[in-house]
Amino acid sequence: MLSGGVFFQRESAMPQPSISKTMTTGESGLALIFAVTAFLCLIASAKAVDAPFAFHAGLSAAASLAAMFFIVNRYYDRPAALPPAEINGRPNYNMGPIKFTAVMAMVWGIAGFLVGLIIASQLAWPALNFDLQWIQFGRLRPLHTSAVIFAFGGNVLIATSFYVVQKSCRARLAGDLAPWFVVLGYNYFILIAGTGYLLGVTQSKEYAEPEWYADLWLTIVWVTYLLVFLGTILKRREPHIFVANWFYLAFIVTIAVLHLGNNPALPVSFFGSKSYIAWGGIQDAMFQWWYGHNAVGFFLTAGFLAIMYYFIPKRAERPVYSYRLSIIHFWALIFLYIWAGPHHLHYTALPDWTQTLGMTFSIMLWMPSWGGMINGLMTLSGAWDKLRTDPVLRMLVVSVAFYGMSTFEGPMMSIKVVNSLSHYTDWTIGHVHSGALGWVGFVSFGALYCLVPWVWNRKGLYSLKLVNWHFWIATLGIVLYISAMWVSGILQGLMWRAYTSLGFLEYSFIETVEAMHPFYVIRAAGGALFLIGALIMAYNLWMTVRVGEQEVQMPAALQPAE
Amino acid sequence: MSEHHGEFDSVTGRHTTGHEWDGIKELNTPLPRWWVICFYLTIVWSIGYWIVYPAWPLISSNTTGLFGYSTRANVAVELANLEKIRGDKMAALGAASLADIENDPALLALARAKGKTVFGDNCAPCHGSGAAGAKGYPNLNDDDWLWGGTLEQIMQTIQYGARSGHAKSHEGQMLAFGRDGVLKGDEIVTVANYVRSLSGLSTRKGYDAAKGEKIFADNCVACHGDGGKGNQELGAPNLTDKIWLYGADEATLIETITNGRAGVMPAWEGRLDPATIKAMAVYVHSLGGGK
Repeated sequence: MLSGGVFFQRESAMPQPSISKTMTTGESGLALIFAVTAFLCLIASAKAVDAPFAFHAGLSAAASLAAMFFIVNRYYDRPAALPPAEINGRPNYNMGPIKFTAVMAMVWGIAGFLVGLIIASQLAWPALNFDLQWIQFGRLRPLHTSAVIFAFGGNVLIATSFYVVQKSCRARLAGDLAPWFVVLGYNYFILIAGTGYLLGVTQSKEYAEPEWYADLWLTIVWVTYLLVFLGTILKRREPHIFVANWFYLAFIVTIAVLHLGNNPALPVSFFGSKSYIAWGGIQDAMFQWWYGHNAVGFFLTAGFLAIMYYFIPKRAERPVYSYRLSIIHFWALIFLYIWAGPHHLHYTALPDWTQTLGMTFSIMLWMPSWGGMINGLMTLSGAWDKLRTDPVLRMLVVSVAFYGMSTFEGPMMSIKVVNSLSHYTDWTIGHVHSGALGWVGFVSFGALYCLVPWVWNRKGLYSLKLVNWHFWIATLGIVLYISAMWVSGILQGLMWRAYTSLGFLEYSFIETVEAMHPFYVIRAAGGALFLIGALIMAYNLWMTVRVGEQEVQMPAALQPAE
Repeated sequence: MSEHHGEFDSVTGRHTTGHEWDGIKELNTPLPRWWVICFYLTIVWSIGYWIVYPAWPLISSNTTGLFGYSTRANVAVELANLEKIRGDKMAALGAASLADIENDPALLALARAKGKTVFGDNCAPCHGSGAAGAKGYPNLNDDDWLWGGTLEQIMQTIQYGARSGHAKSHEGQMLAFGRDGVLKGDEIVTVANYVRSLSGLSTRKGYDAAKGEKIFADNCVACHGDGGKGNQELGAPNLTDKIWLYGADEATLIETITNGRAGVMPAWEGRLDPATIKAMAVYVHSLGGGK
């Protein structure tokens, strides 16, 4: 399935200019770097002080060798000239890395939803951890969150950003090996992070669990991502930069800053997996939630708003509702989001003034968030009838509705009196999942349903009927999930704070746990439905690529002018 | 806007900006008025909040707000209020003897309420939130006690535990007769059936009652007493009362006799203060089986 032919466009039809074939500096340099890296990793593996580090170093040595062979092999396979940026004045788009990340998004998505279902079931029936350390809740939970956010979401963002930036700039993706380095390197980071969790490697920071060596690798990959993206924008053949690209750029730049800010750590040994974070105490907590909340703001919001801004107008075939709103809400969103993190630390050792700022900036964030929702929904003006016939568009629009709902709920929950009830309860889990399943999940599904036929040159999807099934099954799953968590969370919060007339707590903790049980069962059922929907989607996309009717493939030069 | 670069969109009656990317255009729609108003309102509200509450950092301190609000101070106030509700009764509970508590209805009610709370957070994980116990964890609602069911005895068990490692802990355990080679396989089966017969349970076909009684007399009576009535000094259960800690089926009894049993009740002295332990003893005693 992952054979090269699926992803690479053969350039054999092109006329071959008679130039002698030489390796580019990038090819030879990168091959050399990987050779040295393989050697260093081998040494690190031999000198490792703990087993997981030895495993990761060994794996990295093997991966570096594979990368070296990939580069050399690709060199021997390719024509003497690199793929041109344009053919007869038309951009020659680079679709290989997009195909790869689209496939990986589905693979990781299903893995992540499955692990989510397993841990939801473990909460309902604890015996399901089978007393095995590798599948304890504590290890699987970060595997779930990382798999859905960074592996599924991240691959969707890379796939769509590489597509959107090329199409909206009318320019081929910058770099030759660099885009492949980004997509393969990023997925290798996921592999290291995920296997690390199962082996007990974690720096215990929520959503930033990977240890120092995985963090360093991600930094290199992410900077390359930024350079590829920026490089493509700089090469653009359009006078203006499309709004989706502002959001993608904000996402890429800010995630780099957040990653560097939250992760400075000193390894106990350079040959071991354990490290200690430079920040201490409440400063560490503050950094952690500045990071954590803006991972929501810039990864799960800005990045996916970029998807919304391209795929909804494209699918609805309508203009974006308001250019002015897009400017104002973009700048308001990125200016305000970055200050909202402290609302995760209400009623803790965090000083009162910091809590106040976190809360008020969250409140002010409400309208900037809704600006995106208005622009997404109102773009449907004149195309609402398409919701009846196009389940893909329906998925995209419902995702925006969920976005609006969670970005109202979020500021509300940041209000201190509300937070005193909601904090540490399942309400938070419900809130996160209305955003994660409803917004991020659905907008990603919608985008992939559009993207796969486009990049594989298919006339359309294998089955719109299956998309419809996916839509309703997943929607039912989300409704079960979030309503169960609302009831459970509010019940839990009320039980925790109930006092008897004599001034003692009314309920013991274990009684609150017992009260949660039925809702945990409902939640697991909701998660199962969501997973079934994704499996239907994977089948549909697979069949689209395998048996879908080929779009009449015009040579790039003959495509009509837009 | 007086000049329009873009084209007219007949559906919305607005012009586009004139930009176009991959076929996507943008309408030049003004900001929705309600959106702008709500945005300004949240800003005004936030500024108001900053004036009233601690909000902005200064060089070496921060703005304190109009009323000197402080979560730390609020916690102190709330704790003081709680103390007021509980009154001096908690102090009285600490000073009172177990007998005093039994004789003072108000004190008794307080001790039970306190005990229930503490039980839920400390005892329920093993004994169950209704104190009905589980396999290996005694039911505290019945009147069958391993180490005695008077108030003093219950309190002693809570305080020092059983096989807890505390110097004053209850000791004594069910020996591993099979594993240690004291009894052979068929002897274990025989004595297990004898133990079942003590509470009137059925016995296996062809079981030799006389042999069972002899094995029991030679090995078990020392702790479980004549006729298996048990001994609370040693924590040896009464085998005639149909109440079983681990189970009465033959397989479980064989397991018990073969490998022994030594369940642990932790010592709570040092983890909970004396008044709390007292309240917990009163609560457990009041569950139904207290002597």
